[in-house]
Amino acid sequence: MRQITYAEALNEALHEEMERDEKVFILGEDVGRFWQGAFKVTKGLAEVFGNERVRDTPISESAIIGVAIGAAITGMRPVAEIMFGDLTTLAMDQIVNQAAKLRYMFGGQTKVPMVVRTPFGAGVSIAAHLSQSFEAWFMHVPGLKVVVPSTPYEAKGLLKTAIRDDNPIMFLEHKLLYPIKKEVPKEEYLIPFGKADIKREGKDVTIISTLFMVHKALAASEILANDGIDVEVVDPRTLLPLDKNALINSVKKTGRVVIVSEDCKTAGVGAEIAALIAEEALDYLDAPIIRVSEPDTPIPFSPILEQFVIPDERRISNAVKKVVH
Amino acid sequence: MLDKSRLLNIYRKMLEIRYFEEKVFELFGRNLIPGTIHLYTGQEAVAVGVCLALHPQDYITSTHRGHGHAIAKGARLDRIMAEILGKKTGYCKGKGGSMHIADFDVGMLGATAVVGSALPIASGAGLSIKLRGTSQVVACFFGDGASNQGTFHEGINMAAIWNLPVLFVCENNFYAMGTRQSSVMLIENIAERAVAYGIPGITVDGNDVLAVYEAALKAAKRAREGKGPTLLECRTYRQRGHSRFDAATYRPKEEVEAWLKKDPLKRFQAKIIDMGIIKMDEVYQIEQDVIKILEDAVIFAMESPFPEPAEALKDIYA
Ligand SMILES: Cc1ncc(C[n+]2csc(CCOP(=O)(O)OP(=O)(O)O)c2C)c(N)n1
Ligand SMILES: [Mg+2]
Repeated sequence: MRQITYAEALNEALHEEMERDEKVFILGEDVGRFWQGAFKVTKGLAEVFGNERVRDTPISESAIIGVAIGAAITGMRPVAEIMFGDLTTLAMDQIVNQAAKLRYMFGGQTKVPMVVRTPFGAGVSIAAHLSQSFEAWFMHVPGLKVVVPSTPYEAKGLLKTAIRDDNPIMFLEHKLLYPIKKEVPKEEYLIPFGKADIKREGKDVTIISTLFMVHKALAASEILANDGIDVEVVDPRTLLPLDKNALINSVKKTGRVVIVSEDCKTAGVGAEIAALIAEEALDYLDAPIIRVSEPDTPIPFSPILEQFVIPDERRISNAVKKVVH
Repeated sequence: MLDKSRLLNIYRKMLEIRYFEEKVFELFGRNLIPGTIHLYTGQEAVAVGVCLALHPQDYITSTHRGHGHAIAKGARLDRIMAEILGKKTGYCKGKGGSMHIADFDVGMLGATAVVGSALPIASGAGLSIKLRGTSQVVACFFGDGASNQGTFHEGINMAAIWNLPVLFVCENNFYAMGTRQSSVMLIENIAERAVAYGIPGITVDGNDVLAVYEAALKAAKRAREGKGPTLLECRTYRQRGHSRFDAATYRPKEEVEAWLKKDPLKRFQAKIIDMGIIKMDEVYQIEQDVIKILEDAVIFAMESPFPEPAEALKDIYA
């Protein structure tokens, strides 16, 4: 099968959906023909679909999301790009109070079909304002859906589903994933929300991880295989909705869980998943749940500091060994 | 000049809002309304004047002080009242309340309680109109207080650079809760801020419904011609407190009295009587009509059931 990058996969999804439905349009800072997206995800789209449908905006995050909402509730299907995940904070009212709540507050009179694409993640030394991961904040907002694609295959299939969904979708990408090249079918496909994927089957321990951490978990699993530990890696693919059954079934099989996420430990993704397992599958656990995450710090600049806080294969392996022994 | 039937309709709409709000005030006093209320009393000419310049398919966005906007755009009194009472038959099935009236069927895209948050949303509705190629316009209502939010700048600028068909209607009632406009901005006319966006900024007497109408009509025409947004400042005054039990003692007596003399409803009534358009008995007839539909609305709202508690779990996702 052909291989394309994560960025190319996203680009294809946008291209196909814009071709399919003229209500779909893109807006964001530098998404148009001059810059083509900070991570080149919108490359070539303005040339094909024009400046009206691939719309460069001023640096106004709040209005980017607000405008997307206004367009969504009046019949369009906007895809807004926020250049860095951290900068969604500037649009937090529009995301949390408006996009997520309008349908509910207005008694179901409207729907808000829009996608907010934005990259989270550390690892490229751009320091504390452009590197944090706070997927968990959005999991805390009823009305939103939270999508976390880990591979080019997921990126394309989930983005197409997101664009066709009638709800506001936080589509959270990862900076280090954009250049990753993997197999993506040429034929059209969609990936449903709320369906986890088992990235590696195993019987001894379950690692639950998302986004770039899936790749680290898989690398750690290879190392652990040499030690005779057979790891199962489960990728929820969407955090809201969360595929509880898939997570619990894997726990039932292995009896041991390590949750790996690239966010702060306190009240993070791991906290929610651990609580869920404790509530619904405690009897199947043979060892305490371990969370591998970043410590509760902002992301530091200097590579040696940054690498110290990001979960790596060694920390993941150590956690797995701990739950096994 | 507008024909007689439209002038009577203006009067009727303003009266509907006035009587509706006085009824809400009364029901609130009788402890029948949960939460809080922000009455539109005194500002009727703004909503009515602007909405008169709109077509049925046009949109509006509204604020915490939004009952008047909804009525002016054509929403039903009974369903607004039911919503305010938290009833199942309300526009939002009891999930929105006084601060979140919406009626998408008449282009009323909803009221927000986050001051200033609707400006970018109105621009988005404007962008949608442009992309869909219809001839609609959007009127975005907001207060003097809201004009100090970042969203005022972001939302208007985006509408300006893209020539979006939006009327930004600032209802300058000179107070944001207890904060005087003059203490939070150094300019007198909020419309002056339009210069910063390269769009027309117009200040009108917001208690003169025809002045508001004419300015809004011009702005709407401009918007429909693809020439972009207008910032329309309507100077007005709320005749009651900000909310709930606010007695508004922070406002000088003379100021309040001066504004009461400029009451938009009385002024308009006097004008159409003076002009010989309407006779006192017709005024009386309209009053009786409005009292009647309002009575019916209150009965409808009071007799409507409350929602099932489990209604709270619905309408989260489409
Ligand atoms: C963002 C935000 N800040 C504060 C409040 C509390 N608040 C509600 S109404 C209001 C005053 C708004 O003033 P203005 O925009 O002039 O509207 P008015 O009440 O005069 O109609 C404030 C501060 C709020 N609801 N939202
Ligand atoms: Mg005010």
